[in-house]
Amino acid sequence: MARMKFICDSERCIECNGCVTACKAENDVPWGVNRRRVVTLDDGVPGEKSISVACMHCSDAPCMAVCPVDCFYRTDDGVVLHDKDVCIGCGYCSYACPFGAPQFPSNGTFGLRGKMDKCTFCAGGPEANGSQAEFEKYGRNRLSEGKLPLCAEVCSTKALLGGDGDVVADIFRSRVVVRNKGSEVWGWGTAYGKPAGGATAKPAKPEGTK
Amino acid sequence: MKRIHWVLVLSALTLGLAACGEKPQELAGRQITGSAASWQGPATAFTVSDWTVGDQRSWQAHMQARAQAQNEYVRLGGSR
Repeated sequence: MARMKFICDSERCIECNGCVTACKAENDVPWGVNRRRVVTLDDGVPGEKSISVACMHCSDAPCMAVCPVDCFYRTDDGVVLHDKDVCIGCGYCSYACPFGAPQFPSNGTFGLRGKMDKCTFCAGGPEANGSQAEFEKYGRNRLSEGKLPLCAEVCSTKALLGGDGDVVADIFRSRVVVRNKGSEVWGWGTAYGKPAGGATAKPAKPEGTK
Repeated sequence: MKRIHWVLVLSALTLGLAACGEKPQELAGRQITGSAASWQGPATAFTVSDWTVGDQRSWQAHMQARAQAQNEYVRLGGSR
């Protein structure tokens, strides 16, 4: 069973915001809500780094843990989704999320906080796949059309990768092996194990590939 | 007199234990199951034709191949 994940290669991201624009257009995201954002560290300084951030569809999602009305659920493909009919807009998920993924449209006179909105990995919501009701609440359901999230597919430098976690992790590892830079970053050992010699550890073959 | 004493003690214990009862407070129908799995489609004009709608293995294989297409080393001829 696939476990859908995003990964962003900060060595490749050029802060074009194409992913942000594609997401907004594809999903008809309302004003004031950005399901995906590009964050740049040391902006304007030589060596600046950018990374595209949205919901990471955590395996142990803190938003799910803190939601008082239990509006979240996880699909068979590991995508974390929520039901806007159940959400009460309390904002707990926003406080719990380390990536700032939950967004709240402020559409009232007194700054009323509406129902939470977040990246769906282009997998829609609890309504019938591809239905108009699903589109109006959650945007396009590209997974049921056999497509990956548009943000990843539109990325011109392929910095943002989306898809089965095994596949995207293997693509990222092969890049690091080729450019011989990146395995020194924090978290590499957790994700890929200790490399035998620098970044030259042999990539694992993803399931189902030759 | 002693009997009344015992009756009072038992009554007090019964009343005390009665407070331990708790009604379930879970929201009705809170278990959200979501819609049909992605591999079930439905087939629309936008559905990619490389897989069979309703066939889970076909969908998984197609999604793996599509994700692998993000790897330019593969797209450029599979040299790596």
